[in-house]
Amino acid sequence: MHLSDLWFIAIAVLWAGYFVLEGFDFGVGILLPFLSRGDDTTRRVMINTIGPVWDGNEVWLLTAGGATFAAFPAWYAALFSSFYLPLLLILIALIIRGVSFEYRGKRDGARWRRGWDAAIFLCSLVPALLWGVAFGNIVRGIPLNAAGHFTGNFFTFLNPYALLGGVTTLALCTLHGALFLALKTTGELRQRANATAAAVSLVAIVAGAGFLAWTGAAYLAPASYGGAASATRAASVALAALAAVTLIGAALANRRGREGVAFAANAVAILAAVGSLFTALYPRVLPSTTSLAYSLTTANAASAATTLAIMTVVACVFLPLVLAYQAWTYWVFRKRLAGPPPATFATLAMPPSPTAPSAPRR
Amino acid sequence: MNVLDLSRWQFGITTVYHFLFVPITIGLGFLVAGFETAWVRTRRERWLRLTRFYGKLFLINFALGVVTGIVQEFQFGMNWSAYSRQVGNIFGAPLAIEALLAFFLESTFLGLWIFGWDRLPPRLHAACMWIAATGTLLSAYFILTANAWMQHPVGSVYNPATRQDELVSFAQVLFNPAQLVGFPHVIAGCFLTAGSLVAGVALWQVLRPGIGEEHALAFRHALKAGASTAIVAAVAVVITGDTQGKLFTTQYQPMKMAAAEALYHTAQPAPFSLLTIGSLNGSHPVFEIDLPRLLSFLATGNWSAKVAGIDNLQQQYQAQFGPGSYIPVVPVIYWSFRLMVAMGLLALLISVVALWVTRKGRTPAHGKRGLWRKLLILSGIALPLLPLIGNSFGWVMTEMGRQPWLVYGQLTTAAGVSANSAGEVLASLIVFTLLYGALAVIEGGLMLKYIKAGLIDEPLPTYGPGQRGGGGTGPAEPLHLVY
Repeated sequence: MHLSDLWFIAIAVLWAGYFVLEGFDFGVGILLPFLSRGDDTTRRVMINTIGPVWDGNEVWLLTAGGATFAAFPAWYAALFSSFYLPLLLILIALIIRGVSFEYRGKRDGARWRRGWDAAIFLCSLVPALLWGVAFGNIVRGIPLNAAGHFTGNFFTFLNPYALLGGVTTLALCTLHGALFLALKTTGELRQRANATAAAVSLVAIVAGAGFLAWTGAAYLAPASYGGAASATRAASVALAALAAVTLIGAALANRRGREGVAFAANAVAILAAVGSLFTALYPRVLPSTTSLAYSLTTANAASAATTLAIMTVVACVFLPLVLAYQAWTYWVFRKRLAGPPPATFATLAMPPSPTAPSAPRR
Repeated sequence: MNVLDLSRWQFGITTVYHFLFVPITIGLGFLVAGFETAWVRTRRERWLRLTRFYGKLFLINFALGVVTGIVQEFQFGMNWSAYSRQVGNIFGAPLAIEALLAFFLESTFLGLWIFGWDRLPPRLHAACMWIAATGTLLSAYFILTANAWMQHPVGSVYNPATRQDELVSFAQVLFNPAQLVGFPHVIAGCFLTAGSLVAGVALWQVLRPGIGEEHALAFRHALKAGASTAIVAAVAVVITGDTQGKLFTTQYQPMKMAAAEALYHTAQPAPFSLLTIGSLNGSHPVFEIDLPRLLSFLATGNWSAKVAGIDNLQQQYQAQFGPGSYIPVVPVIYWSFRLMVAMGLLALLISVVALWVTRKGRTPAHGKRGLWRKLLILSGIALPLLPLIGNSFGWVMTEMGRQPWLVYGQLTTAAGVSANSAGEVLASLIVFTLLYGALAVIEGGLMLKYIKAGLIDEPLPTYGPGQRGGGGTGPAEPLHLVY
């Protein structure tokens, strides 16, 4: 195996990790207005389930982006410049979303918090949808010319297959968030999350099965890429089947109240679905719909061997370390959150405002 | 405006904006960690109050640093894809390593710090901030490595077959001499920035009428810590800046330094320009006040050395690289350089004065309503802002001074831009500018609110050991809501 193949796998793993982790915090954001039913304490419980981890989850995206830049400069360049406007929308959403979490509790006032809560909802929904549209278009291919320049426009991205991809990621993230909330909360909120997961899982199963079936039928790497492609075509179909099975398993486990199993099964479903898309791509990284010859592949988009070798060493040393301390964080914050809050030190961080002398908020 | 100009404006605006938050994050992280360690060691409550107070300012600032950082990583590909395609082998590696080594550390351990007050033992909690702060330092090293390579490309070779710069020695890239002088300069600037913020806020608080004795005492300690940090850092900024200037004048980018001095003709010995008013297009000086020989000394350490001038360098580069202009926008470089230096020195001066007027338990002009007191209050308000302005002008000077090059001597900025439409880039430029402006207003409002609120006498943390009970199926624990 070439190092460039290894890095293709590494980037697939980083994206899969990103969707598994940020997927549930997008989901919690999307469910915020629905499961809280207007109650501020419930909203805060929901946001605090992801509070310690959402920022670390988002770093998976930055690492995926950085790894693509280093290992496949031509892929990074073509991808990011082609998807200019969708990425702009995603960036704006991620900017406002991050600020919303940090700033919503920093002033006392119902209007202030309602505004940020609306922003959390919208800015979780937009990337959860757009990442699916983007990946649909990556797998389907975009019009690239011989120089690797994008020759389409914004509406090129709005094709039925990619839009179905968007619905799929939106449903999967929402489901993932509901399963996470069922796992991390108690009482009425837990029950609501449970019921919501049951409903959303139907949408996720239908959309996901449709999207992966369409991928398998129409967008696997063409046979002209030879032996490697035929193996990965089979792998892609197998991973799609695994995704379907685990997704259904997650829905069943949720119905039986096995929350840990349901969340884990859905995480596997997301991993398998992302794996299925990347194996469908291989050995291409960004297909050109203009001409097969203009497609970017792991071979023609990769960095030279020196860079790949150094990056491999760095990743082998530090990725296990990162996984270890991220896992430790989840362990520290493993307990369910319940309300209403007693006064604890962490909640008493907000200075008394003139109107509310002892507002227990940071 | 064309795509190139729009993309440059966007990069300039988003980067200068991002770097308003970065130096505060880097420097303040260490200061807050120091305050918390003082609390854990001495158990004097004032250190806890200071940890909480400056910790909040740190977090408000950190939020914007993080979200504007995402844009930085994305826009190399979005707006500078020709550049990315050519240099990804070298430039991409430090970015990927930065995310893996630094961003994970910062985000994970800050999450633990914010939410862990009731769950981690005291020492471990303080360690989280030290680790997060170390993460910011690592992050700075890798991203500045990438920038140093643009300033002075080493350890790489251009492969015409792949049209890529390929890596020859990663060690050379990591220990680029431009990086070895540039990194300490930037980090010293970060500590000057954070020290000034801590000292400025503390000075304002100490001078506040009606502040309680205990809070005043706590802020005196903060003032001492902040001002000492700022003073040491300012001296380091001067020394590293001088070293960097010499290296760039004599070896790496003589054009940048000639522009910074508005020295049009090669001179031996070269005078230092106190004031040069140039023609509007910056092509020649109209009015000058010079100090003889000083530039020769500053640039080389030798009072009678030769310093190359803009016009002479232009001729030399035309012979070397072909026809075209190799002159940056001289007035911008000249004034950025001077404003950078002036802001740093003014911050140093105010820090020294603040330390002096509060020496040995003195309270400056307490009760008086005189001009001196007003001036001190004004200084406290201005102090945190000065290094921010200085940092920004420093980046304007070093980045615009490298023009027309994107990678010095190898790739021009015009050749690095994406083939986007001007409309797309104009849209993103407008959106980013408006969004960043709105966020600046919100962030500034929150900072002021918490600065004015001062120290809060909250109950002490309970510091749970965080080891009780099982996982997700165990009994629920009381709600710890931070957000």
